[in-house]
Amino acid sequence: MEAETLSPDRLEGLSAKAAAKLSVQYGNASAPLGDFFEVAETAHDEMRLSGDLSRVKLVGAGMSRGRIQIEGDIGQHLGATMTGGEIMVEGNAGDWVGPEMRGGRIEIRGDAGHAVGSAYRGSRVGMAGGEIMVHGRAGNEVGNSLRNGLIAIGGDCGDFAGVNLLAGTIIVLGALGIRAGAGMKRGTIVAMGPTEILPTFTYACRYRPDFLRLYLMRLRALGLTIDDAQIAGAYNRWSGDSVELNRGEILVYDGAA
Amino acid sequence: MRVGDCDIAETFAEAFKMWGARVVITADSPKWALAAARSMTGFATSIIGCKCEAGIEADIPPGETPDGRPGIAVLLFAMDAPGVAKRLIERIGQCVMTCPTTSCFNGLTADKRVSVGGKLRYFGDGYQISKRLDGRHYWRIPVMDGEFLVEDRFGVQPGVGGGNLLILGRDRSAALAAAEAATEAMGQVPGVILPFPDGVVRSGSKIGSRYKALIASTNDAYCPSLRGFSPDSALPDEVGAVVEIVIDGLSLEAVEAAMGAGLQAAAGAGALQISAGNYGGKLGQFHIKLHDLLA
Repeated sequence: MEAETLSPDRLEGLSAKAAAKLSVQYGNASAPLGDFFEVAETAHDEMRLSGDLSRVKLVGAGMSRGRIQIEGDIGQHLGATMTGGEIMVEGNAGDWVGPEMRGGRIEIRGDAGHAVGSAYRGSRVGMAGGEIMVHGRAGNEVGNSLRNGLIAIGGDCGDFAGVNLLAGTIIVLGALGIRAGAGMKRGTIVAMGPTEILPTFTYACRYRPDFLRLYLMRLRALGLTIDDAQIAGAYNRWSGDSVELNRGEILVYDGAA
Repeated sequence: MRVGDCDIAETFAEAFKMWGARVVITADSPKWALAAARSMTGFATSIIGCKCEAGIEADIPPGETPDGRPGIAVLLFAMDAPGVAKRLIERIGQCVMTCPTTSCFNGLTADKRVSVGGKLRYFGDGYQISKRLDGRHYWRIPVMDGEFLVEDRFGVQPGVGGGNLLILGRDRSAALAAAEAATEAMGQVPGVILPFPDGVVRSGSKIGSRYKALIASTNDAYCPSLRGFSPDSALPDEVGAVVEIVIDGLSLEAVEAAMGAGLQAAAGAGALQISAGNYGGKLGQFHIKLHDLLA
């Protein structure tokens, strides 16, 4: 099911009865929202979704304001191209969390699939603003062509994190998969766990990047587990990718300074 | 009016509208944060000769700074917002960026903001990195001990400059002891600075001079050694020395609070009389009456 109607922008001012008549795409046919959901009155600019939503796509797509609270798992393309507002998922999320989003905030309490905050196939620019925070693990291609904003993964992530990165920041509190930062021009990838660096990256130094304190303190305030040693610690800096502009960086945590 | 044995003159301090900014400097240790703050606020006693007035407002504990490190808040004032911007760029560039381990943040929420890090970034010669987090914009400028982190824009707001107290004592030691008690009390008031050395100035000035090139000259009415020359001497017979405390603040209320605290402290520490400097009320936008501070 594709349900981009499930967005505060689309539901604002509608009664429960009117909202139930909105269309969703079910397979190759349109159907009323009320055929699948019990719709109750909602607070202004705030939605609460519950049930098995793991095959419901495009929730919050294009939203610009308000808040969506999802109690359970959610399907693909959550918050696609959103420009503002907040989405909170208590469970896991499918592939394509926040693709090409421009602003706002998405938080996943569980795991996320592939292509978190990425560009769609054929697009040159992925996420260009806002924040995505995944408390658990994430799949491949986190932040593909990220242009701006912050993506934080609480656990490990798959391969090709930050592939074709343009700018912005990806922080992975677990381990990075292989080929992280391949083709990156600018931007920052931070890894707390062991990382295999591509040969097209150049080692720069072991140092304390003061800017990172701000990021890690914010993520800790938002509920991710980050200890004092990581905030004040030393990081190995690798510059790359030399097959591109070579102005990007991968920072790998290396213990207390 | 008297406070204890101290006479409070029936006069007012004449203060001026200025523009101010708050700069938060952090570093790996309090020592280096203080080193940067002292450097940044050096030669910033009077707008007349220094182009700005600046001072240390307060220490900030690590738990309250943006990056969790020891910090110091500095206030800087100039006559207008562009003037504040110029001085911030000069002083953060020369005194904070140069100081080991420091970072520099905007400490003022204000409608008007001026570019500071956005100008200093060019020192990075193309290697600088822009970062945006939680609605704020920072620049990472590579330096020889790592990176200097500075916020892109700093808030500026109207403030008040030139609040003052004249502390008249039996001799120099007595006047200074009363002034030290006053600065100690005034240092606890948020939103103000005392831009002169440790808050105290001995060379108070009047407008004009017999020399045409000077716009200000010594305040002969309060110089004890000129009693015999100056027909306008304001000094009672028993006064042997006078020192002044100048106060700049982010609001009139803050300046008044600091003046009130300083007045009470100086009066209780042996001052013979406390007065204030003004220009007949013709120049400054704010007239702060000493007696009102005791109300």
